Amino acid sequence: MPITQEERQMLEKTACELRLKIVDVMEWSGGSHIGGSLSCADILTILYFKYLNVDPKNPCWEDRDRFILSKGHAAAGFIPVLAKKGYFAEDELRTFNHFGSPFAMHPDSNKVVGCDVSSGSLGHGLSIAAGLGLGARYLKKPYKTVCLLGDGECCEGSVWEAAMSISHFKLTNVITVVDRNRLMIDGKTEDVMSLEPFSEKWKAFGFDVVEINGHDYLQLTEAFDRAWSATERPVMILANTIKGKGVDFMENNVVYHYASADSEVCKKAKESILRTMGGM
Amino acid sequence: MTAVTGTNWTAYDAATMTAREIYGRTLAQMGKTNEKIVGVTADLSKTTAIVHFEKAFPDRFFNVGIAEQNMMGIAAGLAKAGLIPFASTMAVFASMRAGEQVRTDIAYQNLPVKIIATHAGISFGHAGTTHHCTEDIAIMKSMANMTVICPADGIETSKAVRACIDVPGPVYIRIGRGFEPPVYESEGYNYKIGKAITMHEGTDFTIIACGIAVLQSIQAAKTLKEQDGLSVRVVNMHTIKPIDEEAILDAVKDTRRILTVEEHNIIGGLGDSVASVIAGSGKGCIFKKHGLYDEYATIGYAEDLYSHYGLDANGIIGQVRSMMGMEFEADENWEDE
Ligand SMILES: Cc1ncc(C[n+]2csc(CCOP(=O)(O)OP(=O)(O)O)c2C)c(N)n1
Repeated sequence: MPITQEERQMLEKTACELRLKIVDVMEWSGGSHIGGSLSCADILTILYFKYLNVDPKNPCWEDRDRFILSKGHAAAGFIPVLAKKGYFAEDELRTFNHFGSPFAMHPDSNKVVGCDVSSGSLGHGLSIAAGLGLGARYLKKPYKTVCLLGDGECCEGSVWEAAMSISHFKLTNVITVVDRNRLMIDGKTEDVMSLEPFSEKWKAFGFDVVEINGHDYLQLTEAFDRAWSATERPVMILANTIKGKGVDFMENNVVYHYASADSEVCKKAKESILRTMGGM
Repeated sequence: MTAVTGTNWTAYDAATMTAREIYGRTLAQMGKTNEKIVGVTADLSKTTAIVHFEKAFPDRFFNVGIAEQNMMGIAAGLAKAGLIPFASTMAVFASMRAGEQVRTDIAYQNLPVKIIATHAGISFGHAGTTHHCTEDIAIMKSMANMTVICPADGIETSKAVRACIDVPGPVYIRIGRGFEPPVYESEGYNYKIGKAITMHEGTDFTIIACGIAVLQSIQAAKTLKEQDGLSVRVVNMHTIKPIDEEAILDAVKDTRRILTVEEHNIIGGLGDSVASVIAGSGKGCIFKKHGLYDEYATIGYAEDLYSHYGLDANGIIGQVRSMMGMEFEADENWEDE
């Protein structure tokens, strides 16, 4: 469904609020994977507020669309979206990382309502997505499974085993999204272990690759529309993003892969978000 | 104040540095005299602190990206080429993600790959279950040819990392994430792989511990002396495989009550290794394994989890007291009585 001006503004506002919450979580938790949470904030926002057919009042509804955060370390971005969507109270996010909390650095489906799959060990999610896709097809269920990966994560061989299967089984009900922020822990992806020609690799594996700016809601809409209506080849959305997006001193800064911050730094971070994104 | 041998930091630093920091610096030091040492990691150079070696020897360090299976395979290849690879990632990925590469490529071929695995046990508690690792001792010790070491602190990590070079085959050294307080004040003690160290003398009871549990056990022993007048021996079983049978048999003979403490599932860990030595001895003994009771730990910072799971001095004291209340069956053949 094409996006209206109004809808776009609503999504941008939601994403701005989400980013502010991500900063709160960094402070409350004592430290988080802030960079990779901010880079996928727009992808998460458009999924949960435009595309995914889910019902927070009925989180285990059988026909719901599934979402797998294969780059599980971005829980600090994902769990606040679930709160925003209404799965639980936003105030509960204050317990993040602390003793007995359902929320840790990586999402746990045994503990977090609305989280379909536990993740955190990179390179697992896409295989599980393939399994959900095969299961849905066999059971004649209408739902889609969306799997979000990190680009560094694609160093794992298992990602490509899964990709081969999704393509082989023609699982158009599985939508693969890669958050291409070009950084991992030890540096730039192209310095640590080069992924390029990245798009060509996915094409060679049989995917319909849609390359977009992962912060642009028009392009995100076009990509997800195409993915949702795919019938021939599974779609892989190659979302070019900026690690740390929205906080000027974190953008493209590898130091903010994982960081802790005191309230002063968090205040500065929020000011930056409001300066660049709060105007709408 | 004693400096750590051949290095340029002092015991004071050792007291404030994490075990992984000390590991990275020790390895960088070793690289100067041993040109066969090479390093590999999987996008965790900074995190595991092997980065110190990387900085000193960029030409013999390889970061393979986030690909642990590939990393272990490459380590095997480097070893086949005649080198001594040190491979570092988190324990959960070293032992499980790349488990078969470790078993078939490294252990089966008996290659001198030294796996230094960080964030073991529940030391990375707030990361959640995907990053906890309470299975690695069990997995690694069941691989033939593999030596398994769990140092008590940073200084002992440095000792183990130095010593593992002389082991001809593969070695797995398991360290935490952490900021745990040190056990040793200096390097001035005898460390030998496979030889346990008595940390506190005792005749009524023995605690056999490894890793972070060693310091907590010593503290428990001191409190039990003061408050209960109990004489508790504490054995640092830093090498889980090969296990020091003599130290265990001495404990059976001298104290007849043994508790094992480890940051690991009680199934398959240090406790099981000790239990099989006791069972094989034919001697009666009051025995208990303490650790994670076949469960996945909850979420929380490590210190909170250690106290919740009774892996701190208080928890250990409770275990010892309850075992002191247990009775033996009469045993006429018990020659020492
Ligand atoms: C199997 C596995 N190996 C290593 C790690 C440690 N780790 C956590 S995040 C990360 C880097 C991830 O980079 P990328 O996928 O590009 O994520 P992003 O930059 O979007 O945060 C690594 C190596 C892990 N979680 N899982």
